[in-house]
Amino acid sequence: MTETTQSIKQPGAATGGWYEFATRHRASIVAAIILVFPLVMPFTALAVNILIYGLYALGFNLVFGYLGLLSFGHAALFGTGAYLCGIAIVHFGWPWYAAIAVGVGGGLLMALLIGVLAIRTRGIYFAMVTMALSQCVYYLFYQAVDLTGGENGLRGINVRNIDLFGLRIDFINPIVRYYVIAAFVIAAFVVMSRILASPFGAVIEAVRENEKRARASGYDVTLTRLLTFVLSGGFCGLAGALQALHLSIVPIEILHYETSGLVVMIALLGGMGTFFGPMIGAAVFLVLENVVSVWTVHWQLIVGAIFIACVLFFPAGIWGTLVARGRR
Amino acid sequence: MTNKVTKAGSISRRRLLTTASAGAALAVSPFRINLLQAEEAPIKIGFPVPLTGPYGAEAQDQVRAGQLAVAQFNDAGGLNGRKAELVVRDDKLNPGEAATRTLELVEKEKVNFVVGSLSAAVQLAINNVTKERGVIFNSISQSDAINEAADFSKYTFHEALNPHMTSGAVGRYAFAKFGKKVAFLTADYAYGHEMVRGFLEVGKEFNVENLGDIRHPLGTTDFSTLLPRLQALKPDILCISNFGRDQQIALKQATDFGIKKSIQIIAPLLSHASRVAAGPQAFEGVVGGCSFYWGIEDKFASTKAFNDAFRKMYDGKLPTDYGALGYGGVRTVLEAVKGAGSVETDKVVAALEALKYDDYKGPQYYRKCDHQSVQSVLVIKSKSKDMRNESDVFEVLSTEEPNEKYLRTCEALGHKS
Amino acid sequence: MAGLSFDLIALQLFAGLALGAIYVLFAIGLSLIFGMLTVVNFAHGAFYMVGAYVGLYLISIGGNFWICLVAVPIAIGLFGLAVERVLIRPLYGRGIDYPLLLTFGLSYVMVECVRIAFGKTGYPFDTPEVLQGAVDIGVGYFPLYRLFVIGATAVVLLALWLFLEKTSFGLIIRAGARDPQIVRVLGVDVSKVWLIVFGIGTAIAGFAGLLAAPLQGVIPEMGGTILAEAFVVTVVGGMGSIGGAVLAGLLVGVVVSMTSLFAPEMAKVSIFALMAVVLIVRPQGFFGRAGLMS
Repeated sequence: MTETTQSIKQPGAATGGWYEFATRHRASIVAAIILVFPLVMPFTALAVNILIYGLYALGFNLVFGYLGLLSFGHAALFGTGAYLCGIAIVHFGWPWYAAIAVGVGGGLLMALLIGVLAIRTRGIYFAMVTMALSQCVYYLFYQAVDLTGGENGLRGINVRNIDLFGLRIDFINPIVRYYVIAAFVIAAFVVMSRILASPFGAVIEAVRENEKRARASGYDVTLTRLLTFVLSGGFCGLAGALQALHLSIVPIEILHYETSGLVVMIALLGGMGTFFGPMIGAAVFLVLENVVSVWTVHWQLIVGAIFIACVLFFPAGIWGTLVARGRR
Repeated sequence: MTNKVTKAGSISRRRLLTTASAGAALAVSPFRINLLQAEEAPIKIGFPVPLTGPYGAEAQDQVRAGQLAVAQFNDAGGLNGRKAELVVRDDKLNPGEAATRTLELVEKEKVNFVVGSLSAAVQLAINNVTKERGVIFNSISQSDAINEAADFSKYTFHEALNPHMTSGAVGRYAFAKFGKKVAFLTADYAYGHEMVRGFLEVGKEFNVENLGDIRHPLGTTDFSTLLPRLQALKPDILCISNFGRDQQIALKQATDFGIKKSIQIIAPLLSHASRVAAGPQAFEGVVGGCSFYWGIEDKFASTKAFNDAFRKMYDGKLPTDYGALGYGGVRTVLEAVKGAGSVETDKVVAALEALKYDDYKGPQYYRKCDHQSVQSVLVIKSKSKDMRNESDVFEVLSTEEPNEKYLRTCEALGHKS
Repeated sequence: MAGLSFDLIALQLFAGLALGAIYVLFAIGLSLIFGMLTVVNFAHGAFYMVGAYVGLYLISIGGNFWICLVAVPIAIGLFGLAVERVLIRPLYGRGIDYPLLLTFGLSYVMVECVRIAFGKTGYPFDTPEVLQGAVDIGVGYFPLYRLFVIGATAVVLLALWLFLEKTSFGLIIRAGARDPQIVRVLGVDVSKVWLIVFGIGTAIAGFAGLLAAPLQGVIPEMGGTILAEAFVVTVVGGMGSIGGAVLAGLLVGVVVSMTSLFAPEMAKVSIFALMAVVLIVRPQGFFGRAGLMS
C-alpha cells in the first residue's frame, strides 16, 4: 500500500522516504537523540528519568502496542527489577553489573510468573488479573521489611565508582551517570529493534491483528503471548534496575498500581505500537509534569485533560499521529 | 552477552567524543560565567516538601515559616552581606520524586544545604542522596530510622521529634494517670511500630499490662471490624498509633462506637492540621503529643517573638507545629553558617554540633552521636470551648523537658562510641 | 486471642455486612455499566467522591442529610449522563480499551477539580443527629448509622430490582446485558439505553459516597482505594451481574471483617488474592457471562 501511495503522490515521496529512513535507522536515531539529550533538558536527573521511563514504556509497549494486550500490572516488573538490583547491592554487596543482571533476571522471572497465570485471559480480564497480581506483589515486597525496608523503602544503593576496563568512572557526576545509563538504554533499544524486525516480531503483530488466522497458520498463540510478556519483563526489569542505581533508593510506591497506570498513560501519549512512541511519550509527560508543576500545584488536572484529549482525538498518540499525517 | 561487550567498547569511544564535545560546549556556555559568579551568589537552601497531596496544607505552612527564617537572616545582614534564599520544590510525598528533586537541587541549583520532608520514607530518600554528595540535610519530620547508624551520616541532622520521644512523653503522662491496662491500635508500617515500641518501653517502668496490639494496613477507611475487638479487651487506655487520615478516621469511628465512654484514648502525635480536618468531636478528650503549640508563648520569649514575626509576615496567621519545624530547621542551619563564618560543609557541621539554641520553643541542641535535636515534648488535649481564636484548638497539659535520657541510646541505634 | 466469643463474631459479621453494603452499592453501578456498555468505568470512584462532596456542599448551604439522600444521586446521575454523552459516546466501536483509558484520565481531572474547589485536606462529615449513637442489637452495641446504611442499601436494591423486573425499560436492560446484538436487531435505540444506564450507575455511586461520608469524612482521594477493592467485587461476582455484585460485595465485606479478627494485616492482600484466584479459575465470577472478551 505504501508503494502505491508513493508512486501516485510525487511530492509526498519525500515524506514517504523520510519515514522509511527513520524506520530503517531507528535505533541509531534514538541513540543520537539520547546522546545530545542532556543539553536540552532543564536538569540531568530529569533526562535520566526520561530515559528510564522511556525504556519502561518500551517494554510495556511490546505487550500493549505490538501484541495488543492491555496490562495494568507492569509496575510489578519494573519494581521487581529495581528491588532485586538494590537488594543485590545493599544486602549482598554485589558489583553494579551483577546487580543490573539480577534486575533484568528478576523482571524476566516475575513476568514469567505473572504471565503463566494471566495469559489465558483476554481483554478486560487480562487487565484486571495483571492488576490484582501486581497488587499481591506489592504487598509481598511491603511485608518483606528486612530485605526491602517496607514502607521506608530500600536505601543505601550507593554506587560511587564504576570500574570499567581499568578506567575509574565517577558515577556521582550527573553527566557521567547519564551517559552510563544511556549506554544501557541504547543497547536495549537496539535489542528491541532486532526483536521487532525478526520473524518473531512479525508473529507478534500477526497475533494482534487476527488471532484465529495466526493460530490457523500454525503459530502457538499462547506461547507467543507468554514469550512476549516475558521479554517485556526483561526490558522493564532493566529500567527498574537503572532507576535503583540512579536514585540510590527504591521507594515502595514503585510497585503500586499508579506506576502501572503511569506507563499506560505514557505509552498512549507517545503512540502505542510505534518504536519512537514510548520515548517521546516519556519525554513529553515528564517534561510537562516538571514544567506544569512550577506554574501550578494542579498539574494533575492538566495532565488528565491532555490524556483525555489524546484518547478522544489522538488515539495514535503524538508520534503515531505525526506518522499518519506524514504518510498522507 | 557478546553484544554488550562490543557495544560497550564502541560506545566508550563515542561516549568519550560526546563527553568531550559536551564539555567544550559547556566551557563556552553561559554556565561558566555563573560558576565565576558563585562567590556573590546567594546561600541556597533546598526545600523539598509535599505541596501536592493530602499534606499540602502542612507543607505550605512549612514553606511560610522557612521563608520567615530566611527573611530574618537577610534582614540581620546575612553572612557578611551575603543573603540566603529558599529554593522550594514539590516532592509530591513520593520518595522517588523527592530523590529526583534533591538531585535537581544539588546538581543543578547547587544548593548549599537541604532542609525539608514530611514523611519518614521521603526524608530517608532525601538523606540518601544528600549524604552521598556531602550536602547537609536537616530533616523536619518524624522518623526513628533516620537516627540509626545505617541511614545516618555526619551530614544528617534531625530537627523534628522522633516517635520514640513523642510516645515516651505521652506514655509517661498517661500511664501515671489513666490506668495500667493498655490496648493498641497500630498502623502496620515502620512509623506505627516505632510508636508502639516507644510506648512499651515506657510501659515497662510503669508496669502496664499489654492487652493486645491490633495492626491495620495503611489507608484503612473502616475500623468497624477492629473496634469491637478492642472494646472487648476492656482496657483503661486505648493507644491509637497512626497518622494523618488514618488517625482522623480512627478517632471519628472510635467516637461513633462509643469507645470514649469508658476508655481513655491516647495518640503519640496530634497535629494541628489533623485536628482541623477531623473536627472537634473526633478529637474530643484525646490526649497526645506534639512538638510545638503557639500557645506556649506565655512561657517562652522565643515563642512569642516567633509568633509575632509570623503574624506580621502572614496577616495575623499563627504558626502550626509543622510550620515551627520548618522555621527551626532553616534557622539553625543559617545560625550555624553565621557562627562558622562560611558555607563550607565541614565547618557548618561543626557549628551545628556545637549549637545551643532557643529559636521557638525553649532550649535545644543537637546530640553528637545522631544529630537528633534534644528538645521538649508537649502533652496536649483537644479543646472545643473557650477558644481564644480560631487557632486555639489545643490545651497544653504538661511539658516534658529536653533530656537525652528520653532518647534511644546511641548504642541502641548502632552508633559506635 | 483473648475473648473470642459468639457475641464478638456476630458483631464482626454485622460490621462486615455494613462494610459490604457500601461495596455492593459501588459495585452495582460498575457492574451495570460494564454489563450494558462494556465500559470499565475507572472514574467510578471519582463519581463516588463527588457524591460525598455534593452532599457536604448542600448541607453547608442549609440543606439536611435527608434532602441529600434524594438530591445527590439525581445530581450525580445528571453529571453521569453528560459524561457519557460527551466523552464516552465518541469512543464506542473503537475497542474495549479506550473508554477505560478515558475514564482513567477523567478520574484525575475530577479529583483535581474537587481539590481546587474544596481544598486538599478534606472535611469531617457529621453523622445526622437522629442516627448518632449505638444500639444494643443483642450481641453488643452497634452504631445506629451503620444499621441505617444496611437498611438504605436494601431499599436501593429493592428499588433497582423492581425497576429491572417490572418495567419495560428494565426488561431492555436485562436483555441487553444478556445479548446486546439481539437488542439492537430488535430496533431498540441502544445509545439511549446506554445513556440511562450510565446515569443510573453513577447516580448509585454518588449515593454510596454520600452514605460513606459520615463513616470516614471526605477527602478528594477517597475514591481511589474503594475503586480497587470494588474491582475485586465486580470480578468475583461477575462483570455485568447485579446479583453477583450483591453477593460478592457482602462476601468481600465479611471476608475483610473476619480476616481482621485473626490477621488484620492480611485483610487487603486476601481480597486481591481472592480476585486473582477467581480470575484464573473461573474468570466470569459467580454469575457473569462466560467467554466475555475484547
